[in-house]
Amino acid sequence: MSEGHVASRKVLNRFGGLTGLRLAGIVVLLAGALAFPVVYPSPTATNYGVYALIFVAVASAWNFFSGFSGYISLGHAVFFGSGAYALGIAARDWHVTGSGVFALLPLCAVVGALIAVPFGLIALRVRRHTFIVITIAVFFIFQLMAYNFSFTGGTTGLDAPFLPWAAATYNNPFYYIALGCAVGAIAMAWLIRRSRFGLQLRAIRDDEDRARGLGVRAMRVKLTAFVLSGAVTALVGGVWFFYLTQVQPPSGFDPLFDLSVVLMAFLGGIGTVSGPVLGALIIEPGQLYLTANTNGYISEILLGALFLAAVLLMPRGIIPTGGEYFRRLTTRGRAAIPAIPPASQRAAAPSGPRSDEGATREDGALEAARRRAGETL
Amino acid sequence: MAREIYQAIVDGILVGGVYALMAVGLTLIFGVLDIINIAQGVMVILGAYLSYELAARWHIDLFVGLLVTVPAMFVIGVFIQWAFIRPLRGRERTSMTLLVSYAVALIIEGILYQIYGADSRQLNASYVISSVHIFGFYLSDIYLYGFALALVLVAALYILLYRTGFGRSVRATMQDQTAARLVGIDINRVAAITFGIGVAVTAAGGMVYGATNSFNPNSGYDLISRLLAIVILGGLGSIGGALVASIFMITLESVVDIWQPEWAIVVFYAALVLVLLIRPTGFRGRQEVRAQ
Repeated sequence: MSEGHVASRKVLNRFGGLTGLRLAGIVVLLAGALAFPVVYPSPTATNYGVYALIFVAVASAWNFFSGFSGYISLGHAVFFGSGAYALGIAARDWHVTGSGVFALLPLCAVVGALIAVPFGLIALRVRRHTFIVITIAVFFIFQLMAYNFSFTGGTTGLDAPFLPWAAATYNNPFYYIALGCAVGAIAMAWLIRRSRFGLQLRAIRDDEDRARGLGVRAMRVKLTAFVLSGAVTALVGGVWFFYLTQVQPPSGFDPLFDLSVVLMAFLGGIGTVSGPVLGALIIEPGQLYLTANTNGYISEILLGALFLAAVLLMPRGIIPTGGEYFRRLTTRGRAAIPAIPPASQRAAAPSGPRSDEGATREDGALEAARRRAGETL
Repeated sequence: MAREIYQAIVDGILVGGVYALMAVGLTLIFGVLDIINIAQGVMVILGAYLSYELAARWHIDLFVGLLVTVPAMFVIGVFIQWAFIRPLRGRERTSMTLLVSYAVALIIEGILYQIYGADSRQLNASYVISSVHIFGFYLSDIYLYGFALALVLVAALYILLYRTGFGRSVRATMQDQTAARLVGIDINRVAAITFGIGVAVTAAGGMVYGATNSFNPNSGYDLISRLLAIVILGGLGSIGGALVASIFMITLESVVDIWQPEWAIVVFYAALVLVLLIRPTGFRGRQEVRAQ
C-alpha cells in the first residue's frame, strides 16, 4: 500500500500520480464500463452491472473511511438503509413521481451526512473492538426503528415511485447512475489517499496517539472521513432503493450487507484504492449468480468460506499480495526497490570490497526502510 | 401494576442468569485471545439445535443431553480456534479475527438453514410448560432450572479460574501475554482451551434459550447483539462485569417490556451508548481497552 503513494512521488509531481500506462489502463477500463450496456444489452447482464457498480461505490466509500483510518465499521448499512428510506419517504410525502425522484438523490447524501455526525461523535470516541461493536449496536437500533416507526412503513417497508420505462432498457439509466457513483467514490478515495488528509488518516491507523502527538486533530479527521463515507453510502443506498423499487427493514438494514462490503475490501486489499473495486467486482456478481441459481443459503456458506480462505491465504488482499508477486517476478530475486541515487553518486560513497550487486541490494534495503519510516508518519 | 413490575424483575433476574453464562464465555474469550467472537450468538443457536436433535430423535432429556452437547461444542470451539483464529497475525489482527468469527457465524447459520430450514422451533419437555407458585409469583420451571444450571456452571467456571493451576495460567494470560509466556505458560494451549470453554457454555445457554424462546437459524443476530451490549457494558474482559451487566440489562428490558414491548430491546443499545459516553471502558473495563 506504500508503493502507490511514495514510490511514485517523483512522477506524482509531474503527472499528478498517473503514469502513462496507468492512465491508459484507466481510460480503457472506463470505456469498457461505458460500453458494457451497449455490448451486453440484455436486462440480466445490465442487472449484474448495476449491482456490481453499486457495491464498487459502497466498498470504495467504506474503504476511504475504514481502510484508511483502521476503524472497521460494521455499521455502514445504517447509511445505506437510511439513504434508501430517505428517498422513499421524501418521494411519498412530497408526491414526487417518475424520473423526478432522481433529483432527490442529493438529499440522501445530506441525510447520510447528518446521521454520520452524531453517530461518529459517539462511536469514534472508542477504538478497536469497542468501535466495531458500537457500529453494530447503532445498526440494530436503526433496523428496529425502521420496524417500529409508522413513517417507515413498518414491516412492509416502502415502495418507490413507478417509472414508465420500457423493460428492455429499464436498467440502462440506473447503470450509468451507478457508474457515476462508482467513479465518484473511486475518485474520492484516490484524492483522499494522495492528500495530506489521507496521510493523517493513515497516521491515525498506524498509531493514533503518536499521530495526535504530532499535531493531527484526530477526531476532526476521523469524523470528516466518516461523514464523507456515510454521505456517499447513503446516496448509493438511494440509487439502490429506486432500482429495486422497494425496501424493508431487513433488506435496507442487512447485516450481510456490512459483511459483504468488508469482505470486498479485504479480499481486494484494504487501504488500497483499487482493492475494494476488484473485490466488489468479484464478489457481488458471484453472490448474485449463486443467489439466483441456488437456494440462497449456499451463497451464504460460500461467502463465509471464501472469506476464511482469503484471510488465511492472502491476509493482505489480492492487490498487495499480487503486486508483491508481480514485482518478485519482474525483478527475479533482485532487490524489489532499485536504489534511487545513480551509480556515479553511489561510487563516491564508501562501499568497501563488496560486489556491485550487494551494494545495490543494501542501498535498496536502506531506501525501503526510509520509505517505511516516511510512510508511518 | 406493582405486581407486574415485581414479576418482571424476578423473570429478568432468572433469564439474566442464563445470559450471564453466555456473556461470561464471550468476555473470557476476549480476555485471553483479544478477540470478540461474533459467532457466539449463532453458536448458542447451534447448541439449541443440538439439544433439539437429541431430544427429538433419541428422546434424551434436555439436561442429560448437555453431557453430550457441551463436550461437542467444546471440540467445535477448539477446532475453530486452531483452524481460523491461531493463524492470524499482524497489524490487522483485531479486525481480522472479528471478521473471521463473523464468517464462521455465516457458515454455521447457512448450514443450519440448509438442514432445518427457516421454520421456528422450540425445545419441549414436561418442565418447559409447568410452573410453580412461590411467594405470589408464577415461575416457570424451566426458568428456575435454567437459572440453577447457570449458577452451577458460573460457579464451576469461577472455581476453574480461581482455584486451579490452569485457571491461574488463564488469568496470567489475560493480564499480560508476554509475561505469561516468559514464565513458561503455553499460550496456544491456554487460548485453545479458553476458546473451547467459551464456546462450550453456549451449549448450556442454547438449551435454556431454546426451551424458553422459539428459534430459527436467524435468531443468532438478536442474541449476539444483546450479548455484545452486555459485555461492553460490563467492560470487555471483566467476568464480574459481565455477570452484573447481564442481570441488570435483562431485568431492565423485562421491565420496559411491560409498557413498550416493541422498543424494549432499544433499551439495551441506548444504555450502551449512554454508558460509553460517560465511561468508554464500561462498568469495570480495563484501561487498555481504550488503547489501540
